[in-house]
Amino acid sequence: MVVPSLKLQDLIEEIRGAKTQAQEREVIQKECAHIRASFRDGDPLHRHRQLAKLLYVHMLGYPAHFGQMECLKLIASPRFSDKRMGYLGAMLLLDERQDAHLLITNSIKNDLSQGSQPVQGLALCTLSTVGSAEMCRDLATEVEKLLLQPSPYVRKKAVLTAVHMIRKVPELSNIFLPPCAQLLQERHHGILLGTITLITELCEGSPAALRHFRKVVPQLVEILRTLVTSGYSAEHSISGVSDPFLQVQILRLLRILGRNHEDSSETMNDLLAQVATNTETSRNAGNAVLLETVLTIMDIRSAAGLRVLAVNILGRFLLNSDKNIRYVALTSLLRLVQSDHSAVQRHRSTVVECLQEPDTSLSRRALELSLALVNSSNVRSMTRELQGFLESCPPDLRADCASGILLAAERFAPTKRWHIDTILHVLTTAGTHVRDDAVANLTQLIGGAQELHAYSVCRLYSALAEDISQQPLVQVAAWCIGEYGDLLLEGSCEETEPLQVEEEEVLVLLEKVLQSHMSLPATRGYALTALMKLSTRLRGDNNRIRQVVSIYGSCLDVELQQRAVEYNTLFRKYDHMRAAILEKMPLMERGGPQVDEEAEESKEARLSEAAPVPTEPQASKLLDLLDLLDGTSGDSQHPPLDPSPGGTLVHLLDLPCAPPALAPIPNVKVFEREGLQLNLSFARPSEIPALLLITATATNSSGSDVTHFVCQAAVPKSIQLQLQAPSGDTVPAQGGLPITQLLRILNPNKAPLRLKLRLTYNHFGQSVQEIFEVNNLPLETWQ
Amino acid sequence: MIKFFLMVNKQGQTRLSKYYEHLEINKRTLLETEVIKSCLSRSNEQCSFIEYKDFKLIYRQYAALFIVVGVDDTENEMAIYEFIHNFVEVLDEYFSRVSELDIMFNLDKVHIILDEMVLNGCIVETNRARILAPLLILDKMSES
Repeated sequence: MVVPSLKLQDLIEEIRGAKTQAQEREVIQKECAHIRASFRDGDPLHRHRQLAKLLYVHMLGYPAHFGQMECLKLIASPRFSDKRMGYLGAMLLLDERQDAHLLITNSIKNDLSQGSQPVQGLALCTLSTVGSAEMCRDLATEVEKLLLQPSPYVRKKAVLTAVHMIRKVPELSNIFLPPCAQLLQERHHGILLGTITLITELCEGSPAALRHFRKVVPQLVEILRTLVTSGYSAEHSISGVSDPFLQVQILRLLRILGRNHEDSSETMNDLLAQVATNTETSRNAGNAVLLETVLTIMDIRSAAGLRVLAVNILGRFLLNSDKNIRYVALTSLLRLVQSDHSAVQRHRSTVVECLQEPDTSLSRRALELSLALVNSSNVRSMTRELQGFLESCPPDLRADCASGILLAAERFAPTKRWHIDTILHVLTTAGTHVRDDAVANLTQLIGGAQELHAYSVCRLYSALAEDISQQPLVQVAAWCIGEYGDLLLEGSCEETEPLQVEEEEVLVLLEKVLQSHMSLPATRGYALTALMKLSTRLRGDNNRIRQVVSIYGSCLDVELQQRAVEYNTLFRKYDHMRAAILEKMPLMERGGPQVDEEAEESKEARLSEAAPVPTEPQASKLLDLLDLLDGTSGDSQHPPLDPSPGGTLVHLLDLPCAPPALAPIPNVKVFEREGLQLNLSFARPSEIPALLLITATATNSSGSDVTHFVCQAAVPKSIQLQLQAPSGDTVPAQGGLPITQLLRILNPNKAPLRLKLRLTYNHFGQSVQEIFEVNNLPLETWQ
Repeated sequence: MIKFFLMVNKQGQTRLSKYYEHLEINKRTLLETEVIKSCLSRSNEQCSFIEYKDFKLIYRQYAALFIVVGVDDTENEMAIYEFIHNFVEVLDEYFSRVSELDIMFNLDKVHIILDEMVLNGCIVETNRARILAPLLILDKMSES
């Protein structure tokens, strides 16, 4: 019994009627079985209906690959409804990865050359969506013929198909470049829109095409001018603006053509001013055109007055009540703030207001923009606003806001006290979200500001007394109390209210920190060391401190245990040295990049204690580590110890170096081609004579970006080479950020250094590979 | 360029989907659910542009149906916003006061309209009369 096949509508009804997922799956599976059977039987009349159902099912997410061959058959059929369904199926089901894909090439070819207009339209549509590179190559001539056909319906589609072909097979741009000039003269907006897109694609693909199309800038300007100045035209007007889509496309093309090119930019200046002033801003369509105009003005070499006009338009957008407009205004201002800082500064207050937006995407943009607008004159008020924001902002923005404030404070702090205050405030409000080096920065800052020691320690003490949960704050406070406890107890600070603090209170607080379950092990370490330091600062007796320290001698945490044991020893056997060892620390220099300040101070403390106990086995290793890590630390208590042979440790500790430059060796330029230059600079650290550090820098002064840049090196067998990861693989054009890569060469035998380099990259749309030997290496690199 | 065009209703059922860049079928359902979730969680005061992975999503709500267009960085969001409205107006004219059911039951026609307006991720035609002309001819042919 043949079950009559359902029409698509009935199928949809059934699926809608299914109450649960399982039921729906059942219905669909049953129907798919029908469809498969019908395909096998090859019923031509209802094939398109079956395919329609299959496509619906596919849209819901069920597999439909068995329909692919049916698409082919339908495409080949003469009936329009079959073809229509077949092409739709091909667009949805077939893509480059399917094997059946290539088989439609022939059908498309036939349809393109002999079909009627709707059929040609269908074929072009499918070709532009799923056409693979081979198909495009085969059918390029067909499409080109269609470009010149009289009917606009087919031409507009053919133009966009050409765009797709160029994207897939860039060589075809040669075929499609000549017709553009003629197509630009069309009056039909559909064709114009497609042509502009085609020209945009061509220009983005190759600089030669870009130069070629600069000639049509006047023509484009004319077209746009007619659009803007012509009155209401029923055909194209959308909310009072004449074909905004075409206007936007033309503006985008003008942007690409005018970038970095004086003459074209000049031609466009008047027009841009006209568009900017004439466009209706009450409706969204007008605003869309204005936005594109502003972006174009900012990108080309426009007159200064025009740029100010653009920024003012953005400022107006910011005041608009429509959220969408404010969002795009904020995004565009963010792009502009680097180049036109002063102009954007004028709108600072509006931007700051936008911080209060309930919408997170808007407030995030406003935050980024506000941080970019902070400079030395407005830093106090801006920081106040940002701090207010920090208190009320949603949690995902907290980290960014906190680090932003800290960074701005670092760059523009008017006074040290203000700086300390700001950091303190940030730590109390958003302590858990700050970056790890905030603690280090703050301790160093406080250490350096001698006059503010008393002030900072008082403030930190009060902050700590209130709240011991924010770890960075607790760490800094503990350190401070340890260092400057005597100033705290004197209580004589002019800048805050006088604080009468008893010794007992301080000790209680530190013990609380030690015992609290909220404290991290690192925090505990800080607190313990602080207690120890207080033993010399406080005037009372040290029984309490000794008790605490001895308790921690059996702590489970190995770090704490070791420290406690050492401190205990200090109390018992080396009491006479205690005061000297626990003196105030001198100012720490900003250590090398990998040195953790906290580790530094703990190691220094341990170093001092280990000096009288040379039998402690860990000490010597620590000393060696310290020697190499802490090259610049100015601790006067450093006992003179001979540094262990540096050679072996260099291999163990992979030190990424900021090369301490000695005996400067001249830089060498090793490669140059079409604006891409590769320079080598050398450094030989004195402690390790066999080591040579080479920094390879790739710079690009040409007009096109260099991408996928990879540099590989080879040296003779007796020399060891280590190549570290480069900073990136793209060098932007016109002197953009260069790529640097560090090469470490170990040459203990002082063998003559030879270096062979292999570079691969993409430049001007072509991939380049260069292999060469560097033969102008200076003698100092290996002797 | 436009990467995809979706019409999804509030319950998360897809009524129309068109992808201009290839995406695996299981990834598509995932994408659609995530997209509708982010659109539903926005309130009226929030703007219509969302950043999702490396696309920008521009959405508009019409009754119970969300039209979401995913674009890459080069497109002007406000132009696309206008385009969505243009599309709905075209549908309105063709179906005379279009509703979700119309779209469901005439999916192939809606596809034809969309294909007339967007080709390979680029907007090709926005004039209502010209978009609907071939469709009206087709209807007349199938009637006779």
